[in-house]
Order: sequence, then C-alpha cells, then structure tokens
Amino acid sequence: MSLVTATVPAPVEATRRPRRQRHSAAATVLLLLGAAYCLLPVLWVLVASSKSAAELFSTFTFAPSTHLWDNVVQLSGYRDGLFWRWMGNTALYAGVGAFASTLISAMAGFALAKYTFPGKNLIFNLILAGVLVPGVILAIPQYLLLAKVEMTNTYWAVLLPSMISPYGIYLCRIFAAAAVPGEILESARVDGAGDWRTFGQVALPMMRTGLVTVFLFQFVAIWNNFMLPYIMLGDDRLYPITVGLNGLLNQGASQPAMYTSVVTGALLSIVPLVLLFLSLQRYWQVDLAAGAVKA
Amino acid sequence: MTLLSPTPRSTVGASPAALAARATPRSRRVGVPYTFLAPALILFTLFLAAPIGYAAYLSLRRVRVTGLGLGAKSRVEQWAGLSNYARSLSDPEFLPSVWRVAAYGMIVVPTMLGVALLMALLLDAGRSRVGGFARISIFLPYAVPAVVASLLWGFLYLPRVSPITDLLAAMSIPAPEMLSSSWVLWAVANIAVWGGTGFNMIVLYTALRAIPTEIKEAARIDGASDIAVAWRIKIPILLPSLVMTFVFSLIATLQVFAEPMTLRPLSNTISTTWTPLMKVYRDAFTRNDIYSAAATSVVLAVATFVLSYGFLKLVGRRAFNQED
Repeated sequence: MSLVTATVPAPVEATRRPRRQRHSAAATVLLLLGAAYCLLPVLWVLVASSKSAAELFSTFTFAPSTHLWDNVVQLSGYRDGLFWRWMGNTALYAGVGAFASTLISAMAGFALAKYTFPGKNLIFNLILAGVLVPGVILAIPQYLLLAKVEMTNTYWAVLLPSMISPYGIYLCRIFAAAAVPGEILESARVDGAGDWRTFGQVALPMMRTGLVTVFLFQFVAIWNNFMLPYIMLGDDRLYPITVGLNGLLNQGASQPAMYTSVVTGALLSIVPLVLLFLSLQRYWQVDLAAGAVKA
Repeated sequence: MTLLSPTPRSTVGASPAALAARATPRSRRVGVPYTFLAPALILFTLFLAAPIGYAAYLSLRRVRVTGLGLGAKSRVEQWAGLSNYARSLSDPEFLPSVWRVAAYGMIVVPTMLGVALLMALLLDAGRSRVGGFARISIFLPYAVPAVVASLLWGFLYLPRVSPITDLLAAMSIPAPEMLSSSWVLWAVANIAVWGGTGFNMIVLYTALRAIPTEIKEAARIDGASDIAVAWRIKIPILLPSLVMTFVFSLIATLQVFAEPMTLRPLSNTISTTWTPLMKVYRDAFTRNDIYSAAATSVVLAVATFVLSYGFLKLVGRRAFNQED
C-alpha cells in the first residue's frame, strides 16, 4: 500500500520474455503518433534555435541552419548575461526550495506516521485540505501579506512559499508508514538513540527512494512555476527563467530580432530538466491512489 | 505502532527520585512529534492559512476617501460587508471568464486523461517494440515549463512558422488561424493537453504495472482479447487512480494562468481578463483594487475546493486514504 511503488522492472521483463509476444501494428502506430505529437515542439525548438532572425520566419519550419552558436552568444550578451543569471536563479529556487521542502515534509510525515499525540488527526486533515487548495490561487494573498512585512522582491519571497508542500507531507507520511518498521525504531530507542538520531540515521535512509520522488516532484513544480515569481518579483535580476523568458517574449513584440533569443533561451532552459528526467527515470513511478492496488 | 508506548514495567517499583529523574526526558519526548511537525506547521500557517484568512478579511474591507482625497489620513479603510463580492461577481468580465475556463476544462481534462489512459494501456499491453521510446517521449513535455510550452506552441501556431499550415496549403485546405478568436481556446487547450498527458500516463502506467501479472495472464489464457482485458479488468482496477488524476487535473485547469499570459504577446484575442485568475491579477496589480481581487480569490479558492472535494464525495471515495 504505497503511494509511490518502487517497481523493479527487470524481473517482470524477464518473466515475459519466454512467452510468445504477438506484436500489434496498431499499438505501434498509436504509440508513435503520441510520441510524435509530444516531440514535435521539442524538435522544432532544436531546429529553430539554429536559425538566424531572418530565417526564423522565412525558411521551412524544420529546415535546420547554422546559427545556433551565434544565437547563444547573442543571448548570453543580452544585458551582461542576464539570461544565465535567470538560469542560476531557477536552479537556486528549485534546488534549495525542493531540498528544504523534502526535509520538512519528511519530518512532518514521519511524525504523523510513527507517533501518537493529541491533535494528530486535526493536523493531518488540515494538510489534506491544503492539497485541494491550489497554490496559485494563494499567490496574490501571499503577495499582499509579504508586502506588509516588506519581503516581496527578495529571494525569500519565492523560496519560503515553495518550501511547504501539503502533498509532499502526505506522500512522506505514506512512505514512513510503509518503509519504516516500528520494531526497528523501537530497537533504536532501546539502544539509547534519541528521537532525532533515530529519524536521521534510521528512518531517513529507509525512506530514501520515496524522498527522491518527493524532491523531484517539488523541484519540477518550482522550476515550472510562473505565477508566484511573476507576482512576487519586480527586479529582473531575481527572475527565474520562466518569468525572464516571458519578459523577453513581450519585448519581441516591439523588436522582432528578440525572437531568436527567445527561441534559443527556450531551448537552453529545458536542457537541464530533460537531462534530470532521463537520468532519474526510475524514480518516476507514481501511484496517486494509495492503497488502490494491493501490491 | 507508537513510540509513546507506556513506560517499561521495570520502573514500576522505582524510587520516587528515579521517577523524578525520568520525568524530564519523558516530558520532552511528548513534545517530540510537535518538534518534527513545527517547520511544516509554521510554513503552513504563514503561507497557506494566513493568506486565506487575510484574503477573506480584505474581501470584506474597502477604502473610503474623505474630504478632497488628499493627504495620508484622507484614505480610510472600513468594513464593506459583501459589496466586494457583489462587485466582483457582477463584473461583466467575470462570468465570461468562468465559462471560458469551464469550456477549456471540458476540452482539456477528458482529452488529456483519455489519451493518457490509452497510452498507458498500450504500454502495459507490451505489444510493441517502441514502448520505451514512446514512454520517454510522451513524458518529456512534463519537463517543459508551461511558459516555455506556450512559447513553443505559440510560434508553431503562427501561420508563417506552422508546418501544419504548409501541409494544409499543399492540400488546398484553408488552415485555421489558431490564435484567432474562434480557435484560441483550442490553442490554449492543446498546450495544456501536450504538457499534462505524459505525467498522467506515468501515474496510470505505474498503477497498471502494480496489477499482479497472474490476473492478466489468467484472463488471456481464458481467451479474452487485449481490449476485453483492458475494459473488464484493468480499467476497473484503475478507477481510484483515474479519480485522483481527474481531481488533480481539475485543480490545475481552474488555475490556468501561465499559458494565456505567455500567448498574449503573440495574439490580440486574449484579453487581460481571459481567465478568472487573470482577472484577479489585473484587479490587484493594474487597477490596484486589492479588495475586489481578494473577493474573487476567495470565490475561486472555495469553488476549487468544493468542486474537487465534492467530486471525491460523489464518487464515494474518501479524500485520500487515511489508514495505512
């Protein structure tokens, strides 16, 4: 009964192999159609970022050109490398935010799964209600509150709201309940380990696979977030890449030469996440409906 | 399974002094779960509960300008009753934005989940050699931020760039102007479907993989076709996962913001109040009317909660599993 099932694909494949597997042309065609639809814009941005400003709107859509490097240089030169600062900011927001969020969720989930204390059900129900309230609708009230304490337009204005993830807490509670046996905690306690040491040295390592998934979830959510930084930040040196590119596109309306920079920026901005996805594929095994399947 | 088990029996006969010595660590232990929860609870209060409370408070306030409206003292905040709600809900641009998002949701959610389910079932059936490639390709858009996705599609929608325009022109069919007023809703919906299908597919695929192979094998040996196995066995087992993906998609749909905001520079058909959230943004930051923006925020938050919670109740499923 885990929300994120750590499936091990290898043995399944092995048992399937001996059975005669009829291949279906219809299945292949449908899957390829789906893949083509999803790859089309990515292929386009790969090709388009190699075009010069004149070629972008004139040559055939998927005809590559030779100006990729020029475009990268031009984009990097934009206001002393502001683009790379946006990339750095995004990495900071997503990296620090997701790390803090994972740790905070792990602690809260561990407490909710492994301790009995007054108010436990109330707290858990509040957190569940939090899952159903969309974060984006909170962005404007959050801005108004932070404006009261003059914290808008700072790194903290984006980082702090990103650190609380009710869904992450919910996931961690499931992991702690499923992956950390009570007997082991009991024996750690008998051996004289304090609650914090038990958590840090016994429970955390046992929850590791699940925590990576929570981290990735939150990392992608912060990396892709637009509205929160868009509202919170006024200084474009604090922008993450999403808000920065949106601003560049707006400038393109008056200076079409900016469009090549926008397209090149779009390509560069998705490279890190795509690499992260491909390298950590096995952690993307998410079963949203916990307990739906008796695994 | 609790760490707060009763004190070990050995202390029963202990001297009062020994009991007193134990009292300190024990009372500290009672606080332990709260210490673990403290960072989460503090952040939850500051960035979830407080903003909702503050928005609710602001939604009931207004500024009254006295005298000539000059000087700091002339602007006084006072109670406004429900007048902000009346103003927000009767704004001629509010209802159209709500209907627009409703229509958008009716396009996006069924299409996205339908395609995700189909792809997950095809992957799970294992009838194709291209499964691994297709799975990664379809999941890839999840790595693309909505702003970048809108930017890529936005360019592809431009007739001068679009390969589809060329293709249709070759067949002498007039291509639709995707960013014109009659198509723009579909243009935004397509971006959301493109970005969301892969994630939902992975969720459903994970749930399918958790179905014991014996069940699928048994059905197949009994002579059931792949389609019958999918329809009679896999989809019923998937229902809870489908319910959850539906709820999460619904929440995501109601807060559509980044896509239309990014397409705006490429199209003059997207107004500043195209979606309810865009209207909140305009009221708060362009018109500086935070009271009306707060009222609309509260309405949206309540509507989202009622819709998602109501749906979970309707399908007779408790909101999330509370037992483990």
